[in-house]
Amino acid sequence: MYRILQILFVALCLVISAHVVGSRAAEGLGPLIDQLGSAKLSDMDDHITALAKTGDAKVIPVLEALGEGELYQRKSDGKVFLVKAQGADLLLVDPATGAGAGAAPKAAMQKVKVNNAVRRAVRSALGGLTLFSDDTRARLKAAQSMLQTPNADALEAIETAIAAERDGAVRQVLDEARAVTLLVSDRPEDQKRHAIALLAEGNGRNGLAVLTSALATADASLKPDIETAIARIEQTQAFWNAGQNVWYGLSLGSVLLLAAIGLAITFGVMGIINMAHGEMVMLGAYTTFLVQEVIRSSYPQLFDWSLAIALPLAFLVTGAVGLAIERGVIRFLYGRPLETLLATWGISLILQQSVRSIFGPTNREVGNPSWMSGAFELGGLTITWNRLWIIVFALAVFAALLFLLKRTSMGLKMRAVTQNRRIASSMGIRTPWVDALTFALGSGIAGMAGVALSQIDNVSPNLGQGYIIDSFMVVVFGGVGNLWGTLVGAFSLGILNKFLEPYAGAVLGKILVLVLIILFIQKKPRGLFALKGRAVEA
Amino acid sequence: MTIKTSVTGAFLAAILSTTAFSGAFAADDTIKVGILHSLSGTMAISETTLKDAMLMLIDEQNKKGGLLGKKLEAVVVDPASDWPLFAEKARELVSVDKVSAVFGCWTSVSRKSVLPVFEELNSILFYPVQYEGEESQRNVFYTGAAPNQQAIPAVDYLMENESVERWVLAGTDYVYPRTTNKILEAYLISKGVKPEDIMINYTPFGHSDWQTIVSDIKKFGSAGKKTAVVSTINGDANVPFYKELANQGVKAEDIPVVAFSVGEEELAGLDTTPLVGHLAAWNYFQSVDTPANAEFIKTWKAYTKNDKRVTNDPMEAHYIGFNMWLKAVEKAGTTDTDAVLDAMIGVSVPNLSGGYSTMMPNHHITKPVLIGEIQGDGQFETVWETPGLVVGDEWSDYLPDSKDLISDWRAPMSCGNFNVATGKCGGKGS
Repeated sequence: MYRILQILFVALCLVISAHVVGSRAAEGLGPLIDQLGSAKLSDMDDHITALAKTGDAKVIPVLEALGEGELYQRKSDGKVFLVKAQGADLLLVDPATGAGAGAAPKAAMQKVKVNNAVRRAVRSALGGLTLFSDDTRARLKAAQSMLQTPNADALEAIETAIAAERDGAVRQVLDEARAVTLLVSDRPEDQKRHAIALLAEGNGRNGLAVLTSALATADASLKPDIETAIARIEQTQAFWNAGQNVWYGLSLGSVLLLAAIGLAITFGVMGIINMAHGEMVMLGAYTTFLVQEVIRSSYPQLFDWSLAIALPLAFLVTGAVGLAIERGVIRFLYGRPLETLLATWGISLILQQSVRSIFGPTNREVGNPSWMSGAFELGGLTITWNRLWIIVFALAVFAALLFLLKRTSMGLKMRAVTQNRRIASSMGIRTPWVDALTFALGSGIAGMAGVALSQIDNVSPNLGQGYIIDSFMVVVFGGVGNLWGTLVGAFSLGILNKFLEPYAGAVLGKILVLVLIILFIQKKPRGLFALKGRAVEA
Repeated sequence: MTIKTSVTGAFLAAILSTTAFSGAFAADDTIKVGILHSLSGTMAISETTLKDAMLMLIDEQNKKGGLLGKKLEAVVVDPASDWPLFAEKARELVSVDKVSAVFGCWTSVSRKSVLPVFEELNSILFYPVQYEGEESQRNVFYTGAAPNQQAIPAVDYLMENESVERWVLAGTDYVYPRTTNKILEAYLISKGVKPEDIMINYTPFGHSDWQTIVSDIKKFGSAGKKTAVVSTINGDANVPFYKELANQGVKAEDIPVVAFSVGEEELAGLDTTPLVGHLAAWNYFQSVDTPANAEFIKTWKAYTKNDKRVTNDPMEAHYIGFNMWLKAVEKAGTTDTDAVLDAMIGVSVPNLSGGYSTMMPNHHITKPVLIGEIQGDGQFETVWETPGLVVGDEWSDYLPDSKDLISDWRAPMSCGNFNVATGKCGGKGS
């Protein structure tokens, strides 16, 4: 009897323990995820690897949320949830089941801490998990993360992925990732040699980084291969570097052109030394800020259109301010350049301080629309979208302005008035109004430049100050009164600056450019393209 | 040409604003406090906030009954980001307005420009910004961080937690970045970093075209060793720098940037989502979770009537400095300079990160050091902090000509640059 009881007891124990083990396996993910909440930053790496090893698809959103900082721990019981902010509360989602778990006030939850090391671990874990995803973009991202953080353990997974991959672009990155990973693994030498040859073909920085670090640890027999590969990559890069400098120069030139082109009208064509020109650029940038504020608060879906909406508005606003300045101040000062200089300079200070009083002295946030964010690779060049669009925009403004001056009756009147005011007047042209409109046009274009510059620079009351000297420099260098001169002047100064910068540094580079311009003006006081004829003497 | 226009421009603006501010006349039963921060020109972006913070602190103190039974009265002047004008305005505050203490300056050039004035007229300056060290003056209290309270711990953090081996030291071209980078270079080399693994780069104030430099950093970072950027880039140049980093895809996981001059205020003009994980080293973050800080932020938002205004490290430095001054004046029972100078040393007040800061005999204070990562909402999250408080070290131990110097303003030494090797007061910086 006693014996039977004993057996029964043991059997019961077995059943109970088997039941416990079974339920553990079913909820295996839950405790693993909860561990993230209480782990120290230095132990997170192990927990993430453990999670990734489960291979469970539910891990992917958890790791993504961890990387984005959207994983929170409930203070009361230490359970970890995925969260989405909703007003002052957080909407909770149970990570193991994917079911909603109600809402909780922010104070009851604590964010799971992440730092760069954790984000790196998340990135490589996600790379392994999404390598076989159905989404091409997810696979591409996975392949890129494999390329950036080579890990010998992932080699076989990469090779399986290569065999299964149909998309050419992903395949290329995967091949490169395989080569990079091979070098850090313990595969035989001939495979490594093959990988080195493949890396030497490309121009990627990742390849160079891996090769350089492999050089120190590689077998003696591999070293010559690595050295020639490095030399080859560096040679390709030197070629692309020259191209990169030209591109950067064009980009800087387009910024200079944008800043100067309005001045080319007010100073170049009308001869007004307009010190408030930079402030027109600033007003344009603030118009963009206001447009984006309205869009953010009322029509968030229009955000990508914000710049297109801001452009005409900025033109109108700054054009109107320009018109007011011309009618209110400058028209009394024609023919008195010194007084004009002082008056416009005073106006620039007034504008700056009023913007400072209205919007505050701190920078305002102007966002990049999605089509102006990020970069793409063209051969060995990294081309950022915002710079590309600014070049396109600058050229478009230039072309439009040229058309206006040369092909419309308004442009004809403008040229007539600036070339010979009295004859134009006796032909029945209302010269005061042409003056006012020309000045408004120059100011309006400066405002449009402000919209573009708000994408790359600070939107602060000092925005204009940084550009006024450069603008005058470009106009004087290119030749006063000549739009083409402004174009050529802006781009040649930009490229010159960017070729000097790598050798002389940014500070000395700028000084050298100024010295060169001074020397140039000594030799050719009228700039690159001097106007000839009677108008010059007048 | 640029400098000339901005200087003269600033001068005109200054004339306008001083007449507007110092017009208020004072009665005799008030104690006057001078505020010397630029409200126009390039530094207005940073310094205007400090002026507001001081006005708030004075306002709060008056609600509590003032000081020594008298009301406090703020005298605000605008030195307009013009360094020589700082000296003139300081002189005006001390000899015309007869203020008891001055809170002000941001850039090191402006501090250097007012030093002789405070020495000559024997008044007190509280300087609230992190700076390059190599200075200790009898009339100045440094409530910002010295290099060992910011730069050195940040570099240590990167070395230990991110195992960084290659360093880019990028800065704006003036005295603070140049001295800090000199100290950091000496420190890194003493830690076994090879000189070819350090790249130093300077750019002018307000530099806006960062394409070449960011791509140089990318290139420098592709040598197979973990690379980090230590940024002492100041003021307006930061926004285009971070925008370029984001657009060229320099991720914090690959090449982290740790900045010493970028706080909540500077990030306010930026979309920080692509910058998550880049670092900053300070002694205070708005995100610090303490009751004192929550109270401070609430008061600040109510005072500025703006729910989006952020707080930052130099504001905390003014908070500490102002409270220290109140305590010292109460202890001395007078606002007389010499008595307050003596009473200041050893004064201890609560800071906003949950501890106490003490004024040391070298006129620097004790502070915790925090390393924070930028978050998507423009705030920082503390990822590391020193276990205890760090004493500000005015003369760096890593520079050959200052390692023998110490400063102690207590009698009988009363010396800001005592050379322990020769046993004499004086030497560099005298």
